Amino acid sequence: MSMELDVFVGNTTVLDQDVYQLWLDGHTVSDAVRIRMEAGALQECEANAEVLHSDTTDQFRTFQMCERLLQSPSKVANQLLFQIPPHRQTMLIERYYEFDSVFAREVLGKKLSKGTKKDLDDISSKTGIALKSCRRQFDNFKRVFKVVEELKGPLVENIQRHFLLSDVLARDYAAIVFFANSRFEAGKRKLQYLSFQDFAFCAGQLISYWTVGAVDNMMEDLDVDLEKDFLHDLKDLKVLVNDKDMLDQHKSLVCAQLRGKIKVFSEMEANFKNLSRALVNIASKLTHTKDFRDLFIDLVEKLIEPCRSDKWTIGDLRLFLKHYSSSVHMLEAFRHQVIWDRYMSVIKSCILKMYHD
Amino acid sequence: MPGKLKAKIVAGRHLPVMDRASDLTDAFVEVKFGNTTFKTDVYPKSLNPQWNSEWFKFEVDDEDLQDEPLQITVLDHDTYSANDAIGKVYIDIDPLLCSEAATVISGWLPIYDTIHGIRGEINVLVKVDLFNDLNRFRQSSCGVKFFCTTSIPRCYRAVMVHGFVEELVVNEDPEYQWIDRIRTPRASNEARQRLIFLMSGELQRKIGLKVLEMGGNAVVGYLQCFDLEGESGLVVRAIGTACTLEKISTFPATATHPNNSSPSKDMKEPGFGEEAPGVPLSSGPPTPLRAQTFSSFSPSKSYSRQSSSSDTELSLTPKTVGHLCHFCMIPPSPFCVFQEYPFFTLTAFPPGFLLHVGGVVSARSVKLLDRIHNPDEPETRDAWWEEIRQEIKSHAKALGCHAVVGYSESTSICEEVCILSASGTAAVLSSRFMQDGPLDTEHRFEEVVSPGCGFCHIPYDELNIPFPAQLTYCYCCRRYKVPDVLFTTIDLPTEANVTGKGCLIQARLCRTKKKAQGEGNATAISSLLPFLEYELHTQLMNKLKLRGMNALFGLRIQISVGETMLLGLASATGVYLTALPSPGGIQIAGKTPSDITYEQHISTMQKKINDTIDKNKELYEINPPEVVEEIIGSPIPEPRQRSRLFRSHSESSDEVSELDLSHGKKDAFVLEIDDTDAVEDIHALLTDSPTPAGFYSCNTEIMPGIQNWTSAIQMFTSVRVFRLNANLTNQGLNKIFSDLCENLLKSLYFKLRSMVPCCLCHLNFTVAIPEDELIQVAVTAVAMSFDKEQPLENGKQSGEKTLIKGKHRPLKAMSGIFPPHLSFLSSLSPSLSLALLLSTASSLEKASPLPEGRSRSLRSNRSYSGSSVAVVKMTPLSFIPGAKIIKYLGIINMFFIRETSSLREVAVSLFSDSFRSLFAMVRAHVAALGGNAVVSYSMKECVFMENPNKNQAQCLINVSGDAVIFVRESELESTSVQTQSATTHTSNATL
Repeated sequence: MSMELDVFVGNTTVLDQDVYQLWLDGHTVSDAVRIRMEAGALQECEANAEVLHSDTTDQFRTFQMCERLLQSPSKVANQLLFQIPPHRQTMLIERYYEFDSVFAREVLGKKLSKGTKKDLDDISSKTGIALKSCRRQFDNFKRVFKVVEELKGPLVENIQRHFLLSDVLARDYAAIVFFANSRFEAGKRKLQYLSFQDFAFCAGQLISYWTVGAVDNMMEDLDVDLEKDFLHDLKDLKVLVNDKDMLDQHKSLVCAQLRGKIKVFSEMEANFKNLSRALVNIASKLTHTKDFRDLFIDLVEKLIEPCRSDKWTIGDLRLFLKHYSSSVHMLEAFRHQVIWDRYMSVIKSCILKMYHD
Repeated sequence: MPGKLKAKIVAGRHLPVMDRASDLTDAFVEVKFGNTTFKTDVYPKSLNPQWNSEWFKFEVDDEDLQDEPLQITVLDHDTYSANDAIGKVYIDIDPLLCSEAATVISGWLPIYDTIHGIRGEINVLVKVDLFNDLNRFRQSSCGVKFFCTTSIPRCYRAVMVHGFVEELVVNEDPEYQWIDRIRTPRASNEARQRLIFLMSGELQRKIGLKVLEMGGNAVVGYLQCFDLEGESGLVVRAIGTACTLEKISTFPATATHPNNSSPSKDMKEPGFGEEAPGVPLSSGPPTPLRAQTFSSFSPSKSYSRQSSSSDTELSLTPKTVGHLCHFCMIPPSPFCVFQEYPFFTLTAFPPGFLLHVGGVVSARSVKLLDRIHNPDEPETRDAWWEEIRQEIKSHAKALGCHAVVGYSESTSICEEVCILSASGTAAVLSSRFMQDGPLDTEHRFEEVVSPGCGFCHIPYDELNIPFPAQLTYCYCCRRYKVPDVLFTTIDLPTEANVTGKGCLIQARLCRTKKKAQGEGNATAISSLLPFLEYELHTQLMNKLKLRGMNALFGLRIQISVGETMLLGLASATGVYLTALPSPGGIQIAGKTPSDITYEQHISTMQKKINDTIDKNKELYEINPPEVVEEIIGSPIPEPRQRSRLFRSHSESSDEVSELDLSHGKKDAFVLEIDDTDAVEDIHALLTDSPTPAGFYSCNTEIMPGIQNWTSAIQMFTSVRVFRLNANLTNQGLNKIFSDLCENLLKSLYFKLRSMVPCCLCHLNFTVAIPEDELIQVAVTAVAMSFDKEQPLENGKQSGEKTLIKGKHRPLKAMSGIFPPHLSFLSSLSPSLSLALLLSTASSLEKASPLPEGRSRSLRSNRSYSGSSVAVVKMTPLSFIPGAKIIKYLGIINMFFIRETSSLREVAVSLFSDSFRSLFAMVRAHVAALGGNAVVSYSMKECVFMENPNKNQAQCLINVSGDAVIFVRESELESTSVQTQSATTHTSNATL
């Protein structure tokens, strides 16, 4: 004796948000039933295990049928098969494209190609996220990347327009696309302490201030590419460390400002030249693809780690960076103020975001 | 005379990829009507082609216009090989043939393929130019309106109800033709779909002709069914109620109706806005309360209810005259009962028309199918139905009734055996005024003034009862006799006095049957049928009593036949009619009370049952006012309980066969526990789990006691197929079947829990035995949310009202004319009561209804532009809560085949995809007609077949409904704020 067929179809598609989440998380039907039971679903409506199983199976089937549409969200609104109220459509799409930051962190900077997909198994066992869910998240990244890659104009807006996502989520996707496009190194052991949100923030900064789109939104190119001229101009900053007078002047200006204001003053004073050299060198090498990819590892190795070993607090670092970048304006011989500000404002906020345990 | 059909193909979208190499499609479209075909250009390499074709014009007979569908085929052009079909769209152009319905079909329609399902959408424009046909001998019946709704459609008034119309057409089923062996499944499915389209078009045309002959202009309660008789053919049959309908215009005075006698018409006009001169002499100066009194009985209410229910001359007239002279002024009744078959497929009536209800009449007959040799002569089938209808008629007569309402017909087919069933409710309609001439005045008054209980009063002669029954004086008016229980197939009359709430009651039964062939099989089935019905009936009765209720509405008994078993499912909505006596409990008795443990067993059972009854009474708020038992005038010959269920089978000749369905003593229903059947019954009784908190369920249109519907509605269909083990006993089968239904209900409650508090209305179960050892249960219903606060209040009010009524009784006895208006109010449907209040207000304010009407029509034009996919509501009910239906656009009747290779998993998704596609197609067609809802939606057929040999599974569904345009009441209200505020005022004053 068995149920051969069990179908429920509503004129308005019936969707349970909790079950949707279970489906998105990659659970099997029986897992989902167990989880729902543990969550106390049986107390509702005098349900029994059979009812719960039937409901879960049916919901999963519905989601599966919807999945094809969710992969091109603009179709959700003008398809005829599922009658779903607009706010529910938004929920479905948003949730489908939401991802685990742990997962995203693993994928960050990797090539979104088939080769990586084989690694999903590893990521799944490492993060404890079900393989099915990993696959969906990865496919979402890939899909968004593919669509946006060929579009002109601002990245975040493009993602929002094509995938109908919320601003927050679209920004996260922009970060992922940006990382995948620029192939930043993010997987090194030393970078492991950084979360996806740290990187997403940095990516946001880079996109906002360093890319082509940051200057002109009507550019022909994808605005995830950094502005070439800007990177080239960064070489001019070398003068700050190469010119000994300028370096000394800069140091004394910064020291004058910080004396008595930070606890690690002596360490700062001793290290100033190294720190300054590191910051300027990073800037000057960004034109090389290899060095560009190593941006974050360089920041960690050359700046964050030395400071950390000297026990700088984040407040100390903030003050130092503030005055370090502002006192350059007082160097009369230095003529690249605009480039300097554009560089330092981004680097400053990235370092501060990355400066934690 | 010909008509001109014009079609334009605008564009396509979301087309499937037909060319793997380019991932694109070179699509073009063939437009076919009759034998004429047009083609668009090929739109190369696109999944979203823009054809923007010219207007394709077909010049055709209007007869063809009615029969044929417009057939649109989307194809992929292929230079070297044959063009591949992407899919088809069938468009029923019937709605365009009626001036009052839709004028254009325009919109995105799903492209459908029987193998792949929906494959993209196509945007089309279809128009019809029709020339007037004055030919007397024409074969077409354009302009006759069809409604699935089983009541007079809102926004129409019945000028005349002519009566029963029926027709059937037969043909060979393409699935069983020799050619099917060589053609592709797709071709065969399409042949079948097209044939059924043609047949239903023809059927509708023929019914239309009959309606025209009768002088009508519409068919209400149109019920079309398919009998897939397999080898022996395909039968499409339909029944309906012919009417002359008149659109309720916003300018009441300008309307002229053929049947309107001049006096009433002349007097009608002043009656609307102001109080008529003739209003009640007996009462003093007009007060709000009194205005209410009148509205409760029809005058002002019936006017304002223009969109919510029907209006007739009868209900209009008294408005002006006042009820004192009500019966003198009645114009010819719109219900014509001089027909051969005085049957009405309607289930709801304008207040006052249903005078008495006798009980359920039903007839079944078992027939052996033979091949239909000549499709043009469907006489055999006609004769079969003729027989059954005659039987129904004679049953009704035996109950002292001249009419049958809530009438329906159905079949169940297994191999070459076919069970034909018909059932309805014997009733007396108000036209009897005209037929019988003046009766004693007293009787009349009673009928006029107590709409809340009048229909319960027995229509048959007390001393000449066709069956033994227990009669008491009506608990409302104490003047006329009522039976102890009442079973009907109709909806609960809006004016009925009901105590508490109602609930769905089901009797389920499975009986094994030996495998047999031909005549032997038919005999075996017909000998099983009476027992099946008897047991179903006993179950119903037990369950009714267990819930402390005394009447069933919307009773539908379905008997399905399979090779090795018979399934019986009876569904109805139980209520407590205030007019009927309180049901006695259920008493269990052992036959041999010797053993102590046995006695204990019985007493625990008895306790359980008593507890359940008490719990149910609380749950359904059944607390009728205590009444002192009065001594009944004439002793009833045999104080035994009898049902009013009549049944007979063709085998049992023409005689009315009655079964003694009673077990018991005077007030307790005794179950003797000795026989296994009774144990089973008790088991079945106690295993029915109550509906979870916050849920109510019924299979009728409205639920007594619930009024404040919100606009949240969810129509759904659920299908389950269960595989049985071989060699099950009757008891085992019963349990499985019962559990299947119970679990299905439980699943529904669980699924819809977010809508609580809500009521599942119009729960329509259909059972089938698709194969040996398979049971299929399909449910279609609508879940409607309501506001919790007010219904509770109303519950209280109804309690108070009964008290008030109790006090009023002596007064009533004195004057004899006071309607029990207060309790009447409580039983109105939500829209009714709202409109009722509105009307009271307008009559008080002497406001003209014109501004409101005008603004409404303006609004309706404005509110449907819809950019993306517009929401289309669907409901099996005839109304949409919180909204007014302002236009009926025509009938939607879709037949749908889906086929796939048969893997189990695929079969499941096949089914759910089929329903989704179907809903999508219905919605799209309604939207293309300019509508935003389907009312009276029903699934007529839902067949699922697996053919392991051919490696395919097939799914066959037929649905129908009425496409409408509705406008939210809130939108309407904003235009008439003044009236509204007056309403609140009035309601405060009166309630």
